[in-house]
Amino acid sequence: MVRPYAVTRGRTRHSGEAFDLVATVMATQARIADPGLLGPEHFSVLQLAQAPTTVVDIASDVDLPLGVVRILLADLREVGLVTIQAPVPMKTRQVDRNTLREVLHGLRGL
Amino acid sequence: MAYGGYEGNGGAARRHRAIKILLAGGFGVGKTTLVGAVSEIRPLRTEEPLTESSKLVDSTVGVERKTTTTVAMDFGRITLREDLVLYLFGTPGQERFWFMWDELALGALGAVVLADTRRLADCFPAIDYFERREIPFIIALNVFDGSRRYSAEDVRAALDLDSGVPIIMCDARSRESAKEVLITLIEHVLFMTDTPVAR
Repeated sequence: MVRPYAVTRGRTRHSGEAFDLVATVMATQARIADPGLLGPEHFSVLQLAQAPTTVVDIASDVDLPLGVVRILLADLREVGLVTIQAPVPMKTRQVDRNTLREVLHGLRGL
Repeated sequence: MAYGGYEGNGGAARRHRAIKILLAGGFGVGKTTLVGAVSEIRPLRTEEPLTESSKLVDSTVGVERKTTTTVAMDFGRITLREDLVLYLFGTPGQERFWFMWDELALGALGAVVLADTRRLADCFPAIDYFERREIPFIIALNVFDGSRRYSAEDVRAALDLDSGVPIIMCDARSRESAKEVLITLIEHVLFMTDTPVAR
């Protein structure tokens, strides 16, 4: 069994600002300045973020633990290869009513 | 720092909207069944710190510095529109996974507390949790074959629920029923945003 945090070189916390499980991740298409800094898992994650996706979708697709994926994403963010955008404010009291109506409409049409 | 210059994917991509809904309730009440009835289920693994209670179970003798344990869970995804996706997270029922809740609850739109009338007390912790954090929630009574049917009002009294909290009966196995549960929650959230906060 591979130690899950081996791919992060033992780090269990990610750098920079915290991000939500369903934050939108997207590759920026920036040039990779120093590929030596990135491991194969970084590239797998980057590949999955070519179209907008979320943190949990990536974690599910690469089959790595969520905590590990967070660290890999934060690394990629640090070198400008991905952007991680908070979900549209959906917290209680900040609800976008039009979005809620869209959700209702969508659910009814399922 | 803004990465304004990196709009390589054909300019400003349409904003991807992700909505997070929690599904709570006691162990074995049917959370995964309900998620599976209405959405595509995706597996998710997390590595979490071992808690004192789980250390007793997962013997660490001979595995030095093993400080995390794997929690396997899953989530549901419903794509409503290309840029609007609903995510359903079942909160782990066992007490030793409670530390996961705060992460899951962050930014959640609302929650469904799934209850079994034979074990109503199992959902007390979830109700307390959402009340304290002011996360809108509804109660969905999963009606099992052979379980006695209680009226919504009996359940409301037993759970000491606020009169504004919707209670609906459901069959977690049924897609239509699971849809109705989600619709009830979204309507409740809409209603809550209509109503001025009175405290």
